[in-house]
Amino acid sequence: MQETDIKLLANLLPNLPENIQSEILSVEEFRGETTLSIRRENIRRVVEFLKNDPSLRFDVMMDLFAMDYMKYETPKPERFAVVYYLVSLLQSRRLRLKVFLSEEEPTIDSIHDLYKAANWFEREAFDLYGIQFNGHPNLTRILCHSDFEGHPLRKDYPSDKYQRLKNAIPSEGL
Amino acid sequence: MHTTLTPPESSKYMRLNLGPSHPATHGTLRVFVELEGEIIRDMKLEIGYLHRCFEKMAETHTWNQVIPFTDRLNYVSAMMNNVGYVMAVEKLIGIEPTKRCQRVRVILCELSRIIDHLVCIGANAVDLGALTCFWYFFRERENVYDLFEALCGARLTTSATRVGGMYKEVPEGWFEWVRRVVNNIPRTLDDVDALLTNNRIWIDRTKGVGVISKENALEYGFTGPCLRATGIPYDIRKAMPYYDYDKFAFNVITQSEGDTYARYLVRMGEMRESLKIIQQALDDMPEGSVNIDDWAVVLPPKDQVYNSIEGLMAHFKLIMHGIRPPSGEVYACSEAANGELGFFISSDNQGRPYRVRVRPPCFAIYQAFPEMCIGQTVSDAVATLGSLNIVAGELDR
Repeated sequence: MQETDIKLLANLLPNLPENIQSEILSVEEFRGETTLSIRRENIRRVVEFLKNDPSLRFDVMMDLFAMDYMKYETPKPERFAVVYYLVSLLQSRRLRLKVFLSEEEPTIDSIHDLYKAANWFEREAFDLYGIQFNGHPNLTRILCHSDFEGHPLRKDYPSDKYQRLKNAIPSEGL
Repeated sequence: MHTTLTPPESSKYMRLNLGPSHPATHGTLRVFVELEGEIIRDMKLEIGYLHRCFEKMAETHTWNQVIPFTDRLNYVSAMMNNVGYVMAVEKLIGIEPTKRCQRVRVILCELSRIIDHLVCIGANAVDLGALTCFWYFFRERENVYDLFEALCGARLTTSATRVGGMYKEVPEGWFEWVRRVVNNIPRTLDDVDALLTNNRIWIDRTKGVGVISKENALEYGFTGPCLRATGIPYDIRKAMPYYDYDKFAFNVITQSEGDTYARYLVRMGEMRESLKIIQQALDDMPEGSVNIDDWAVVLPPKDQVYNSIEGLMAHFKLIMHGIRPPSGEVYACSEAANGELGFFISSDNQGRPYRVRVRPPCFAIYQAFPEMCIGQTVSDAVATLGSLNIVAGELDR
């Protein structure tokens, strides 16, 4: 973290323990919204801390989605990012966490057991972007058909591509 | 996209498939249940039947061209999606709509909340055999749709907002018309109140049905009436006020039971609060324009386009290239009829969005549906589903 980021962080979230602070790569403020960039390896530890710390209590995971920065005008550290949007009802404030994932290895630990809401949101990020969530109990497609090939929201997926379904009628199951 | 339950040979229960086309699902939802007698022992959900990749379509259109797509998210209250989306774009550009525009948007949002709740309660009651309330409610809903039609020419797919203002100035006499419509609604609410609230059958069918606890609701990311029915008074209009909601006098309605009956009571109460807000917004309507005075964002008036070179140029640039918000990422949320409707927008200073992400309230709520139904009967599941107000357009995007 840079000097200015450390100052900003001390203002926003004072008294963060050392082992959490070391996971934060950068802090960004834009239009009154805070985005913390987190190291990929220990995202679970950071989220768990933010959820359970009695003075913070980010008890609602409002949103979780992925981003693909392949064609973004200014280069980003990595191609993919997973964005977590946490809300604290106690403090009535919001916080955005961003974790960058490389193109070669778009995997991250699942937080489905920390917030029940994460289950479907992670499936959606997998479906649309191909992000792998380690430890997810049922990482299958949720919005697209199970025969769909590729991940439609990736920037290298053509927006006018047409796919014909091979097994439109399931041959087994109900 | 077939989901399988436990293998048939190991299952001692009967397996049943509800939907995706089923009269009680009000949309394309597919529910698999395993039954022991009439009791649901396991439930799996399958969604995505109405998926059209709204987020991908948004990336290939200009900022204002995305607005018609937002109508199709929650098509029961399209106005709120229009407002939610332009709110995010305006936040990104760093502009604030005029006071008159804000008041008009508040009126439209609250009318939309009322019709959304009318549909929810009406359809829920129909599923449980009470057809009368549905007709009473739909009469009022038609009146509100007449208002929308007069304002923007469409009833359901309104596309009434634009970045920096509205599609059109409010037609003459429209505010008085709103007053007349709004003055009629309490009578209908009283009628349905009398028909349902103390009705023995309605109470038997809804009390203690589809219960979710406070803690679980938070875990699942519930917002809106479903969260407030569990006793948490969280409302974005109060927690992070936008469009001067902090200046309007209204209450956040809560119940503590978290069951279908509590959700019904919250929605009934919220409609009356919305009526209060509309009255206050009408009483405090400033004169002036609904559009901001910035030709880089809003189309110039027609006489300027035809008679001045600046107006013509601004018009041409906006039509051909669109608005160009600065690079950056913002998230704007508003209290929609079902809960927190959030738009996350990323721009890389081009004429098109780099990424539009919509956070639909239904998606989080529907995920908890199996947990609310397991151990209850199929008919209770129908009652619960109606009270959650799942709109497939928003769920599947």
